[in-house]
Amino acid sequence: MRSQVFILLFSLQLFFSLLSLSHAISSGSGDGYTIYGRVKIPSNALKGYGLPGKISNIKVILNGGQRVTFLRTDGYFSFYNVPAGTHLIEVAALGYFFSPVRVDVSARNPGKVQAALTENRRALSELVLEPLRDEEYYEIREPFSIMSVVKSPMGLMVGFMLIVVFLMPKLMENIDPEEMRRAQEEMRNQGVPTLSSLLPGAGRSS
Amino acid sequence: MVLAIKVSFLLLFTLFASFANYGFSIYEDQVGLMDWRQQYLGKVKHALFHSSKSGRKRVVVSTEENVIASLDLRHGEIFWRHVFGPNDSIDGMEFVLGKYVVSLSSEGSFLRAWNLPDGQMVWESFLQGTNPSKSLLLVPRSLKANQETVILVFSKSCLHAVSSLDGEVIWKIDLRENSVEIQKIIQLHDSDIIYAVGFSSPTQLDLFQINVKSGELLRHQTATFSGGFSGELVSVSDDVLVTLDTARSNLVIINLKNGEIRILQSPIASLIDEIAGSMEIVPSKLSGLLAVKVNSLLTLVRVKGEGEVEVEVVDKIPGQATVSDALLVSESQHAAALAQHEGSYMHLTVKLIDDWSSNFIDENIVIDNQRGSVQKVFLNSYIRTDRSHGFRALLVMEDHSLLLVQQGEIVWSREDGLASIVNVVTCELPVEKKGVSIAKVENNLIEWLQGHLLKLKGTLMIASPEDVVAIQNMRLKTSDKSKMSRDHNGFRKLLIVLTKSGKLFALHSGDGRVIWSRLLQPFHKSEACAPRWLNIYQWQDPHHRAMDENPSVLVVGRCGQRMDGPGLLSFVDTYTGREISSSSQIHSVVKVIPLPFTDSTEQRLHILIDAENHAHLYPQTSEAISILQSEFSNIYWYSVEADSGIIKGHALKRKCVDVVDNYCFESNDVWLIMLPPESEKIIATATRNLNEVVHTQAKVVADQDVMYKYISKNLLFLATVAPKSSGEIGTTTPEDSWLVVYLIDIVNGRVLHRMTHHGSTGPVHAVFSENWVVYHYFNLKAHRYEMSVVEIYDQSRADNIDVWKLIIGKHNLTSPISSYSRRDILAKSQSYFFTHSVKAISVTSTTKGITSKQLLIGTINDQILALDKRYLDPRRSINPSQAEREEGVIPLTDSLPIIPQTYATHALQVEGLRGIVTIPAKLESTTLAFAYGVDLFFTRITPSRTYDSLTEDFSYALLLITIVALVIAIIATWVLSERKELQDKWK
Repeated sequence: MRSQVFILLFSLQLFFSLLSLSHAISSGSGDGYTIYGRVKIPSNALKGYGLPGKISNIKVILNGGQRVTFLRTDGYFSFYNVPAGTHLIEVAALGYFFSPVRVDVSARNPGKVQAALTENRRALSELVLEPLRDEEYYEIREPFSIMSVVKSPMGLMVGFMLIVVFLMPKLMENIDPEEMRRAQEEMRNQGVPTLSSLLPGAGRSS
Repeated sequence: MVLAIKVSFLLLFTLFASFANYGFSIYEDQVGLMDWRQQYLGKVKHALFHSSKSGRKRVVVSTEENVIASLDLRHGEIFWRHVFGPNDSIDGMEFVLGKYVVSLSSEGSFLRAWNLPDGQMVWESFLQGTNPSKSLLLVPRSLKANQETVILVFSKSCLHAVSSLDGEVIWKIDLRENSVEIQKIIQLHDSDIIYAVGFSSPTQLDLFQINVKSGELLRHQTATFSGGFSGELVSVSDDVLVTLDTARSNLVIINLKNGEIRILQSPIASLIDEIAGSMEIVPSKLSGLLAVKVNSLLTLVRVKGEGEVEVEVVDKIPGQATVSDALLVSESQHAAALAQHEGSYMHLTVKLIDDWSSNFIDENIVIDNQRGSVQKVFLNSYIRTDRSHGFRALLVMEDHSLLLVQQGEIVWSREDGLASIVNVVTCELPVEKKGVSIAKVENNLIEWLQGHLLKLKGTLMIASPEDVVAIQNMRLKTSDKSKMSRDHNGFRKLLIVLTKSGKLFALHSGDGRVIWSRLLQPFHKSEACAPRWLNIYQWQDPHHRAMDENPSVLVVGRCGQRMDGPGLLSFVDTYTGREISSSSQIHSVVKVIPLPFTDSTEQRLHILIDAENHAHLYPQTSEAISILQSEFSNIYWYSVEADSGIIKGHALKRKCVDVVDNYCFESNDVWLIMLPPESEKIIATATRNLNEVVHTQAKVVADQDVMYKYISKNLLFLATVAPKSSGEIGTTTPEDSWLVVYLIDIVNGRVLHRMTHHGSTGPVHAVFSENWVVYHYFNLKAHRYEMSVVEIYDQSRADNIDVWKLIIGKHNLTSPISSYSRRDILAKSQSYFFTHSVKAISVTSTTKGITSKQLLIGTINDQILALDKRYLDPRRSINPSQAEREEGVIPLTDSLPIIPQTYATHALQVEGLRGIVTIPAKLESTTLAFAYGVDLFFTRITPSRTYDSLTEDFSYALLLITIVALVIAIIATWVLSERKELQDKWK
């Protein structure tokens, strides 16, 4: 698993940008406030695999699908006629991870907005939403290297063989010839080794 | 020796570990290898043709799935597409300024302008009104070409003029005070004056004259008509409107010439010989003509409102016919298209409105019968090279498919019915017949080796781009995933999908192509009723017996809106798409319960519950009855009345007494749970999938302890919220909201577990599998989404772990599990934060249930996240012990991780996601997952990696080369050692 890397590349400039509609609406359809905001995507983060760097496919979602809106060319979006209360705004953009934003629309002092990222509880004084990190959906193939060949199963097999070929004789040399002879004799006495005798602990009992 | 063996074991292990695929994640070049996605739109409501001189020809459509899309007129491909919110249905579309398309949606609340080439939203305007009303969109023809166009929108009783450049509201008139329901907005002869016409009472007509530029209300006139108005108000020409009187026996013609209202009437009897039955006006824009439907006979009437009423019948079209709107062909000449059904042909004619007897085009087009009748025709013209007029028509069919016809042929077609899938079942493909050649064997060894060398290059990242393309092609070719026969691994299946239009499609799981499709006869719209509720069930799935029979599915529908409307049944062969039998106008169907029993031909027994709580048994054979009789006391079901907060358990009682029907049974209520309506409101339920296989009941936990899962098919998960907080998230406070979850045994109504989450609310999405439930809800206190898991364990079996009891034989392992025996239940629960909203949630399922599970979470981004179940384990703690760590318990974190590589949809989106279905493959490690919404997506998921087969990546060439190299090395060393030995002997 990849360690979660929070890349906080961008320092957020903060300002208020919430306006309230001046006129109250008489019918019960709700006391409408408008939430204005902006989605900002770093322009240098163009994706290699044809992901839209363009913003036309980005959706902004209020309260888990209650309302869906789209971004204008300059990245601004707005939700109209939002009742007072605490709302949740999510940004659906392929290739980026956006934290949902908690937005308090206050009935008492209209025009005041409080917004905070729910993922890290960072308060936003301005509703500018930026991705917390990029999302890479594919595993990245390791480029060709000697190490990858060595690490591959075949490489390991070859390596093991080389060890056996070159190191085992060295090890044999270090063994006392007396001991060696004893071991060989023992082997001969046992006859052909069976699988059970090869298993740890089984050889002694047989 | 021992060491060597250990080392070789280790080697073998690393060998397998490195072969295994990384859980779910895939490489970019594996896209499309085992997954596919198809993009759809839904049933088209409006279509606008756009052909700029230089640019590509396109048609912009809006659909009933709230999609607006721009399609390539030549091939039907999607240039761009936007899916609106679920409540944001599109009311109208128009082109403005030649470069934007504006859409009016949400009953006239939102006006959005989209840039035609790339689909970028240019502006959005929110139109506020007062009262809900009809919403109308009009783009007046401007007099001067360079003038800024104004868009007129009537919505919520207000008339708005919106600038087409930036969406600013220029002026607004409230027409509410007069309590007039505006029906039409008409621009008068390219002038600055528009007419808004409506009714303020059944007998009074109101006419407003408004200046477009200033928004000034010039004049307000009323006129009364004693006969009363009813039905659609249709504009026949610029200043003539037509409607019906209340008795529906007269055409009421309203002439607005020179701003004066003149109401004339003309009896229908004079037009149509046989006056009987209903008559209605077909909403259409045929300048000069009026389309009416009398006894489902389309009649075209020419209306001239000048002076005296002049009404004459132009044409009577028998049979199913549809007429398009008028299209301006040349100076003051309008044409319209007429589509008729004649047997297997579709007869398309394009006629001049002023001269109806002549035909521009008269074509017979062969259209698949399964597409049903034509629902809508959109006509478009082009200039041929010889300067004559050519026509193309966009047809919306009964099955919601979209066809473009030109010169008597279908240029392209789109199966847009697949955007509204109701439900999915799967079935196996036929077994491969002997004698039919199996997959084409590789031509020769060299080619085979070359292919694998290419693959090797790919894995070592030394392949050139051409090689990569070659590898992709080769993979697609050799994977033979689209063959029409059963495969060894069970990856190839037929997906039988039922769409809202009542059409069945069989999709091949390999590439998603349509094998067959069938518009079910009883569900045909032309029949007496329009089915409202549909579902599909597996009817016959031969596995062991009756192998020569084809599998079949049962489609159940209900007539009309009411619960007690007559039911419709249809049985369809899944190999051929043939309708085996069907029955309509049977008893009502409220619920369908598939029983876990099959008869000798492997037909599954179903009971259909009707509105009077009678159970009807299907198939209606005596064998089925005898099976049911033997299991009579074991059949239970439940019903949830969400409005009144009542959950009931039912069981079969006896045969129906009042009805002479052998297959009818009465039921009685076994138990009843009533939730206090003032504090709890049912919002979600979940049950286990009937076909789910559980491998073992025992779960070995860290310190060699055993826990017994409480596994029962008769469990119901129920979630309720406080009625105050049952609305949207933004409208409630944490203080007066709570979420209560229940686990209920549906046999005896016992509540096994109840838990309250204070300060939480819905929407709740839940999935139930084995002995656990996972549910997703919103925590208002933290203002984040949460997911909780509840696992239930059977404590009464816990003492079985005592070895002595086992030896003496006092264990209760063999005692039957019954819902009637009261058991000790241990429920464990834990909650975690989850970042996204959820649209659907599902769980992987495998043949034997051995493989660990993953949750498939359809997020608000329309992606599917495959989240390992181990993250939702109540035994997670901040500091797991060493033993627990070894067992795989993950240290507790407050939120669930979202790892982008684990998205099953990788870089794709399944727009408008509604459901995810998982199907076990024959290979234990693999689950097939099918997600549907506006788009369709299919993939294979391996929750614990592909431990039981080699991945497609596996390089046989490398293996072969290694073996060859080893053999050569052995021979070489053998020769060398022989030589050395010889030399030693000579010494």
